[in-house]
Amino acid sequence: MKSFPMKYLYFPGCSLKGTGKAYEESLLAVFRALGIELREIEDWNCCGATAYMSVDEAKSYALAGRNLAIAEREDLDVIAPCSACYLGLNKAQKGLEEHPEIRAKVTKALAAAGLEYQGKVKVRHPLDVLINDVGLDEIAKRIKAPLKGKKFAPYYGCQIVRPFASFDDQYNPETMDRLLATAGAECVTYPLKTRCCGGSLTGTVPEVGLRLAYIILKEAKKRGAEAIVTVCPLCQFNLDGYQDQIARKFEAVDMPVVYFTQILGLAMGLSADELGLKRSIISADAVLAGR
Amino acid sequence: MNQHPTQPAQPPADGGFEPRIVAFFCNWCTYTAADLAGVSRLKYAPNVRVIRVMCSGRVDPQFVLDAFAKGADGVLLGGCHPGDCHYAEGNYKTLRRMRMLERMLRDMGIKDGRFRLEWISGAEGEKVKTTVNDMVAKVRALGPLDLPGKFREWDKEMEELEVRVGSADGKEVAHAR
Amino acid sequence: MADNNGNKAHPNGLPRIGFYICHCGSNIAGTIDVAEVAKYVAGLPGVVVSRDYKYMCSDPGQEMIAQDIKEHKLERLVVAACSPNLHEETFRKAAAKGGLNSFFFQMVNIREHDAWVHEDKKAATVKAKDLARAAVYRVRFHQPLEKKQVPVDPNVLVVGGGIAGIHAALTLANAGKKVTLVERESTIGGHMAAFDKTFPTLDCAACILTPKMSAVKSHPNITLWTYSEVAKVEGYVGNYKVTVKRKPRYVKEDLCVGCMECIDACVFKEPKFADKFNQGLGKRKPVYIDFPQATPKVVLIDPETCIQMKTGKCKKSCVEACDRDAIDFTQKEEVKELQVGAIILATGFKTFDAKREPHYGYGRYPGVFTALEIERLVNASGPTSGEVVLRDGKHPKAVGIIHCVGSRDEKTNKWCSRVCCMYSLKLAHLIKEHSGAEVYNFYIDIRAAGKACEEFYDKLLSEGVHFIRGRVAEVTDWAMTPEEEGKLVLRVEDTLAGFVRRVPVDMVVLATGLEPQADAQEVRRRFNIGCGNEGFFQERHPKLAPVNTFTDGIFIAGACQAPKDIPDTVAQAGAAAAEALVLIDAGHVELEPNTSHVVEEECCGCKSCVPLCPYSAITFDESKKKAQINEVLCKGCGVCAAACPSGSIRQNLFEDEEIFSEIEGVLSK
Repeated sequence: MKSFPMKYLYFPGCSLKGTGKAYEESLLAVFRALGIELREIEDWNCCGATAYMSVDEAKSYALAGRNLAIAEREDLDVIAPCSACYLGLNKAQKGLEEHPEIRAKVTKALAAAGLEYQGKVKVRHPLDVLINDVGLDEIAKRIKAPLKGKKFAPYYGCQIVRPFASFDDQYNPETMDRLLATAGAECVTYPLKTRCCGGSLTGTVPEVGLRLAYIILKEAKKRGAEAIVTVCPLCQFNLDGYQDQIARKFEAVDMPVVYFTQILGLAMGLSADELGLKRSIISADAVLAGR
Repeated sequence: MNQHPTQPAQPPADGGFEPRIVAFFCNWCTYTAADLAGVSRLKYAPNVRVIRVMCSGRVDPQFVLDAFAKGADGVLLGGCHPGDCHYAEGNYKTLRRMRMLERMLRDMGIKDGRFRLEWISGAEGEKVKTTVNDMVAKVRALGPLDLPGKFREWDKEMEELEVRVGSADGKEVAHAR
Repeated sequence: MADNNGNKAHPNGLPRIGFYICHCGSNIAGTIDVAEVAKYVAGLPGVVVSRDYKYMCSDPGQEMIAQDIKEHKLERLVVAACSPNLHEETFRKAAAKGGLNSFFFQMVNIREHDAWVHEDKKAATVKAKDLARAAVYRVRFHQPLEKKQVPVDPNVLVVGGGIAGIHAALTLANAGKKVTLVERESTIGGHMAAFDKTFPTLDCAACILTPKMSAVKSHPNITLWTYSEVAKVEGYVGNYKVTVKRKPRYVKEDLCVGCMECIDACVFKEPKFADKFNQGLGKRKPVYIDFPQATPKVVLIDPETCIQMKTGKCKKSCVEACDRDAIDFTQKEEVKELQVGAIILATGFKTFDAKREPHYGYGRYPGVFTALEIERLVNASGPTSGEVVLRDGKHPKAVGIIHCVGSRDEKTNKWCSRVCCMYSLKLAHLIKEHSGAEVYNFYIDIRAAGKACEEFYDKLLSEGVHFIRGRVAEVTDWAMTPEEEGKLVLRVEDTLAGFVRRVPVDMVVLATGLEPQADAQEVRRRFNIGCGNEGFFQERHPKLAPVNTFTDGIFIAGACQAPKDIPDTVAQAGAAAAEALVLIDAGHVELEPNTSHVVEEECCGCKSCVPLCPYSAITFDESKKKAQINEVLCKGCGVCAAACPSGSIRQNLFEDEEIFSEIEGVLSK
């Protein structure tokens, strides 16, 4: 039996405690079922999300760095499920490495809080951990209720492949496709896997944001997908939460948008409640149909 | 890295110390660049004496040490830019050796700036001028090294010491050497 | 009595030195007091003659030297004048005329390095004295040397049978030299044989190439070895020994007449296997020929797909059909050896692998093609007889050509591949001509620099080809409007118009750039030449010596040196042939004597020197436990001499004693 690490540190980030609650519930349920302990980082703070780094590099690195410094106290990898947290923490690490002047400032700031950052901790994405640490073979053994006949559009969003694509291909990522296949489902050929969902524009510049979300939903429907499977809480929110406005502006799409951890959990025999499948705005019943 | 003043170095008005600098220039790049400086009638300080070698890789660190020992106040080594060596890799060997030599010179008390390694390509006549002027100004500021003078002083000290030691207990003492 | 150098010291002390300082008109004398310098040097030990003269390099000047040598029995010569790079050779010859060994001479540079660069006359004169004194001290240690002469083998090897290799081989063969042309593929012709028409004249590539190919085959001075590769190269300029491996075709080359009856008779009724020459767009049988004009016109058998070769159980109808009895399934690889004096490398290029740009969809969307694939499609003798069709046989109504795929790109290759703009224009023209489709070219800049190229571009503009300035961001099949359904959409920022366009097309052509061959590093090491950072073969000087390499006797030509078009390739091939002819017709090579040698008795066998030589001139004799330097391979850099811990390596003309004496000379007061 292949052995894999049984403990990771867990950085939920603000979204997973709020609008992305379903992501946290399904993630924790799946990892629990796999026998892996996810320990939430003590006293973690907001990662700075995408915006702060463009406003003030040093302060945003300090903000992210605080989490890294706390995590470093233990010799474990960190799992950051939210794409923005994942990218933000990694960017902060790279920035601290490449800009000694900023690092000097951040070191002082952290020292004031009694913390020290050494650049040792690794921040990983749960897809990366599932595919590369646990392995699809191991996961296949735990599949109890494969989603045979279900067709999904695998949607990765941008932040886990741009600008760094450390565990998957930058233009045509396939880790989630393979995971969903292991769960028994079929992935439609989906050319918009990494296209922008609109990000924060759905709130600030809706003409642009809604259109971007609509394009993704429409193509998934055209390709015959029953649901879009995502990795990012903002993508899920944009694609799920604005379908009423999209219906008014363009056309009704009525496409459920779920997390990959929810699909994996279903295939592993976990209940819809455990996996937060009732939390989405567009009903995920289509996904659950026939089970 | 190095600041290059563009005016020719001004010797002190009272005709004081003029540094003597020995230069080893590689034939294909730096020597040619110095020729170009001449053809272009650029003017620079007259303190440098050029010794031609085919490649900067021919320069044995002993040459540099010997130059200092024989009275040079500064030694300049000119070769092709990395990647452009006429003999493919000679200048990389020069670089390795001279980095090590720099540390030795420092340990021997020879100040930074007296030995200088410069990459000058055959088209950089101007760089020959600015390098020479800059180096002359810096070495002038460091003052004379005069190792031969120091050797003579140390020899004299040793002789006096031996005489004094010898006369103190009235016996002849074997020379330290 | 001899000193450490093995010098026989002069019985009266020092060798007799003649010193001459040149006025060079007023070039030197205007700044330096030449008479004073001459007077000063006259007082130096060993100097028996010290003169100043207006123009030393002139005939009377040289005469004076020759006279003095005889009259005053001079044993050494020092001339203070201009740069040795100008007149070292002149005065060496003058010494020889006087009966003195050329290398008992040392030159002092008091013009470029003194008179011309200093205004202070007093300081300039002092400097001249110092430099002259240094030369006088140094020249005592000079040894008599001879320029070594090595004979040159008149035969030439040309590696690579594309247009460059073909042209070089024909030029040399026509000059009466015996040439061996080695080509890796089963036929010569290279990339040019695959093209349909060539820019900017729209000449048919095969029409201009095939006559040269048959000229190669029939030339009495050319030995053509195809399906062969160079395995090993030994030796040095004028004397190379080359080992060539000839792959088995399983067909006897001297018997096959190219009737191709065997191909017709093959048990495979239909061609089944992807055809490399047609970029996989066509099919061939296990017994095949690359194209009908292949040279030599000899078929070959692919052992991977031939039933007889894989299982031994075939009715071998090919053998039956061959009335020349040329098929031989037992044929083995042949190893041949060759002695040549010069080698020309014309190994060409490979195209950029379009799969490295995944956002262009090559390999994912069947409608995306590479430029080479289109060349085969538009070619009348190609897999579709010149019809521009998609892989499913449909005719495209709109075609997009993307420039700079794998060129001018930070992520893949930074360089410009030079030919793609022109061939993209050519393909635009041919596609429009053959299919009537709308054609869109997406470019960064249009580089139409060659002769008649800009005019070709103009003509295209008037043919209605659309040009959009912008780098295509992606090729995708998702449609935003009903018109885009079933099409490939190119998303691109039209930088001149200032907005993002979506251009729906049926067929996408990727103008892939040129790269060094996949095995360029291996090949260049085999021939001991250099490579640039990008992997193309290194020329000796990018402007003044583009076909020479740093290894004497080895020349490069064509795209293996850098991407270029056919006219420039042919010009370079001719240049390389000319350089080879210079070498051969001289009959011998004179080697500069400033090489290094090992004084065996002093060598301690530490091997520090062996890895230092970039020319592999230093070897270690295991039986004697001494290092040895091949004087002919040695280029005289002196790196080994500087590194040798025991000082047993001496570089002629730059020995330690010579340099130490020069150091002493410039510094002593």
